[in-house]
Amino acid sequence: MSDLMKVSSNPHVRSKTDTGSIMLTVVIALLPAAGFGIYNFGLDALILILVTVASTVLTEFLFEKVCKRKVTIGDYSAVVTGLLLAMNLPASAPWWIGVVGGVFAILVVKMLFGGLGQNFMNPALGGRCFLLISFTSIMTNFDCDAYAGATPLANLKSGEAVCILDMVVGRTAGTIGETSMIAIVIGACILILMGIIDLRIPGSYIVSFVIFISIFGSHGLNWAYISAHLAGGGLMLGAFFMATDYVTRPITKNGQYLFGILLGILTGIFRIFGPSSEGVSYAIIIGNLLVPLIEKITLPTAFGKGGARV
Amino acid sequence: MNNVKERLVNGIIKENPTFVLMLGMCPTLAVTTSAVNGLGMGLTTMVVLALSNVFISLLRNIIPDKVRIPAFIVIIASFVTVVELLLQGYIPFLYDALGIYIPLIVVNCIILGRAEAYAYKNPVLSSLFDGIGMGLGFSVALTCIGAVRELLGAGEIFGIHVMPESFVPVSIFIMAPGAFFVLAVLTAIQNKVKINGEKKGKDMSKIQSGCGNDCMNCSDADCTHRLYDEKADGTNKKAAGSKDEQTKEEKKNG
Repeated sequence: MSDLMKVSSNPHVRSKTDTGSIMLTVVIALLPAAGFGIYNFGLDALILILVTVASTVLTEFLFEKVCKRKVTIGDYSAVVTGLLLAMNLPASAPWWIGVVGGVFAILVVKMLFGGLGQNFMNPALGGRCFLLISFTSIMTNFDCDAYAGATPLANLKSGEAVCILDMVVGRTAGTIGETSMIAIVIGACILILMGIIDLRIPGSYIVSFVIFISIFGSHGLNWAYISAHLAGGGLMLGAFFMATDYVTRPITKNGQYLFGILLGILTGIFRIFGPSSEGVSYAIIIGNLLVPLIEKITLPTAFGKGGARV
Repeated sequence: MNNVKERLVNGIIKENPTFVLMLGMCPTLAVTTSAVNGLGMGLTTMVVLALSNVFISLLRNIIPDKVRIPAFIVIIASFVTVVELLLQGYIPFLYDALGIYIPLIVVNCIILGRAEAYAYKNPVLSSLFDGIGMGLGFSVALTCIGAVRELLGAGEIFGIHVMPESFVPVSIFIMAPGAFFVLAVLTAIQNKVKINGEKKGKDMSKIQSGCGNDCMNCSDADCTHRLYDEKADGTNKKAAGSKDEQTKEEKKNG
């Protein structure tokens, strides 16, 4: 008898989608940006990506073996974490940075809180912020063979001119995966067309960020300035791939809009008023911490429990 | 002398103020950036704790019950002032390193906690050794946390370089988040040792898992050490108090 003929309690509508297939789609969607990063920064970037992914998967495997739990590396979530973390590292970072970050992301941020679905903050971003605080000089050194000097956002902050075409294509200094806006948007389109993510969080994030910097950025509605801010730094990568993480985003519809707006405002505050030129990862982490509160205030009224009477 | 030994062991291991009772978290997290700072803070607290325990124990029959907390604070604050001036005069580098956390020893909950829970009810000698034991436990804990943080965050222990040249310091460990990581891991190791001991059949009931005996705000209704029952509010408060004293009595006799 086929599985579909089984008589059981609800849910009756089934689909073939599972964690593994969703995570695999995310990996595929990340490949354009990762590929461009390797093209842009060379072999160093490839080695760093491989080392980081290997360390996240191995950490998850070893932790589950040691604790005698079910091994869950087959759901590709550790691969996604490793890939996202590697794309947030500068190509000039030594290989052990990827290992330290990967172990921290999986062991402390994810497994110690109960594994996939229980983590309160995006593991890749947790790992990145750990590295950024611990090894500030390594993590903010974007000098490499291809490019020397500061990231376009740092130039923008100090008032220098930036080439927007280079920033959109990705031919600039920066972390491995964040430079190319085109490659990230291609990946985001794959996710949206496959129905993995929707535009609620990225849309409200980007719109609120644009509104914030046009009010407080002291350039007014200057399109060159605004598009440089959108194409530069980790905004696109963060908005499409990290803010939309299923585990650490709000589940209510209104909550997701609120979450996006919050991220936009926080990113704007960090970029314009903060000492550093970038603030996407801290904004998303702080947003992650506020998710339980956001869900609490946006909880929809259950059917039959109050609401407007007609 | 048995009592003295029991008090010391109790303070250092069974009821270690940091890893078991989870008291005095503010100085624990703030000043343990290096092993020397941790040790300095621990020993300073120990001196204040031992002296204030002695004086509170001496005055326990004179201090009226209703104003005991202000009286404790006056005694503790006097000793903190003395110790602060001595540190400033003789160990200025430690005075500079500990900064505002020396005056804050006045409100350290270990000291007030021991005054309330032990010295106010017990004779002078046991109170003195209770203070020394608790202070030593606090010093050991702070030195451990400080040593781990200094080792990872600066590659040194007590200012001596021990890590190889190629080691890049993980500077998050000498910042505030590192204190939480190290404290959590050390407490987890402590609990692991306790659980392993229980499996081997040793009586570990006196080592609690850092619950701090705050039964009033605790949600674990099945806890065997529970002293406070929510269902019977007002009446049980008294019973809880007397039970608390009973356990104290038991400890004394045992």
